[in-house]
Amino acid sequence: MEIIKILISELPQFAKGTLVALQLLAGLLSVGLVLGLAIALAEIFGNPVLKFLATTLRKFLWAIPQLILLFLVFYLPFDLNRMVAAIIALGLCSSAFQSQIFRGAILSVSSGQMEAAKAMGLSRPRTILYIVLPQMVRLSIGPWTNEFSSELKDTSLAYVVGVVEIMRNAKYIIAYTYGNTAAVYLFVGVLYFTLTRIGTFFFYKLEDRLWVPGFEKRS
Amino acid sequence: MATILEVKHLTKRFVDNEVLKDVSFELKKGETLAVIGSSGSGKSTLLRCLNHLSKPDTGEILLEGVDINGPGINLNTVRADMGFVFQDFNLFTHLTILDNVMFGPLRVRGQSKQEAEEIAMEEIKRVGMVNKIKSYPAELSGGQQQRISIARALALKPKLILYDEPTSALDPELTGEVLSVMTALANDGMTAIVVTHEMGFARSVADKVIFIDQGVIVEQGDPKEMFKRPRHDRTKLFLSNFVNLE
Repeated sequence: MEIIKILISELPQFAKGTLVALQLLAGLLSVGLVLGLAIALAEIFGNPVLKFLATTLRKFLWAIPQLILLFLVFYLPFDLNRMVAAIIALGLCSSAFQSQIFRGAILSVSSGQMEAAKAMGLSRPRTILYIVLPQMVRLSIGPWTNEFSSELKDTSLAYVVGVVEIMRNAKYIIAYTYGNTAAVYLFVGVLYFTLTRIGTFFFYKLEDRLWVPGFEKRS
Repeated sequence: MATILEVKHLTKRFVDNEVLKDVSFELKKGETLAVIGSSGSGKSTLLRCLNHLSKPDTGEILLEGVDINGPGINLNTVRADMGFVFQDFNLFTHLTILDNVMFGPLRVRGQSKQEAEEIAMEEIKRVGMVNKIKSYPAELSGGQQQRISIARALALKPKLILYDEPTSALDPELTGEVLSVMTALANDGMTAIVVTHEMGFARSVADKVIFIDQGVIVEQGDPKEMFKRPRHDRTKLFLSNFVNLE
């Protein structure tokens, strides 16, 4: 089995590719988190103008395929590092999905608690900070873990703009080991599977740690 | 005793439904005022207008002689000075009992953590819940949650406290513990307005009763007098629903 030897000898390359994929993932999830949270807050608490802008932006990002966004950002008429372009494009896309996770979580914080805070004389921004966001975090971890694994897989798309991540590694190997395409993809599939499982394991741990009575538990 | 709250000609309208019509009354320091009336009579709206949870359309609300809608008045400070207790408690689900009660002093009054904790412990003691400080709201019974929500309101050191049907969401066997906390507070001189269906409480604890019907104060006065000899037919009719008052 020549291909196994080759894969083993390429492990350092895959390790590098994995590191790049994880950096890309961290970057795009952060962009998506900040922008997604901003969209969610604007859609719920914003004035009509802000609300309209946030909803429109979210719908656009929601509807455009990630591949298109990747090429669009990469071919903008100024020089963007490949990695930065991929982080921005995939992060924009993720922000649409994350905004809906946060929006749902915020809306399930009971309006009675917001009213109680108001009746105590707490300002709106402080109510959001001390009452809404802490509960939102707990309610979001489950669906956010979904988004995490979905984006982990989508980092593979970044190979189209030349980011040397796992998928790019695979393509190189396939190019010089003719006929073993399925074996290489199988190996890469197992690699993504392992990364996803490790990631979700930690988010489940976090969810358990943040749990308090009164919030639903993942069964 | 000094007048603490004065309400003058309050009106409130939801679209084409006039919920409060020219409501005026006043309250002295240390008094307990019970507001009674059928569901939909406007009594909860009246309470919610007092701290502007609902904005009244016209009229004046004077807290210690100061118009709360006047220039330079921070509504949040006014709200902090009027404790509000909700029918369905509305405790903060993600916070422990201690943190719920500390919340006002810490986040609204800006007191230090240590001060906030001292105040909170004192108020939790007052409602008899010291053994539950580490619990979360979801772990308490309705009656216990309502007692904590009273403690949370008290921790702000309000000038008066507004109760919006504080026992209406409770099983009958749990209303007693809440009413006895409220009675003890009234005896300690806490000024309060209680919107309630508990006629026993209104009669025996309140210093003054307002009967409100279709947004109008039909009758107000001494509870013992009103329950014994209601002057208006509508009051008589309403009170006749509560047979075992004596």
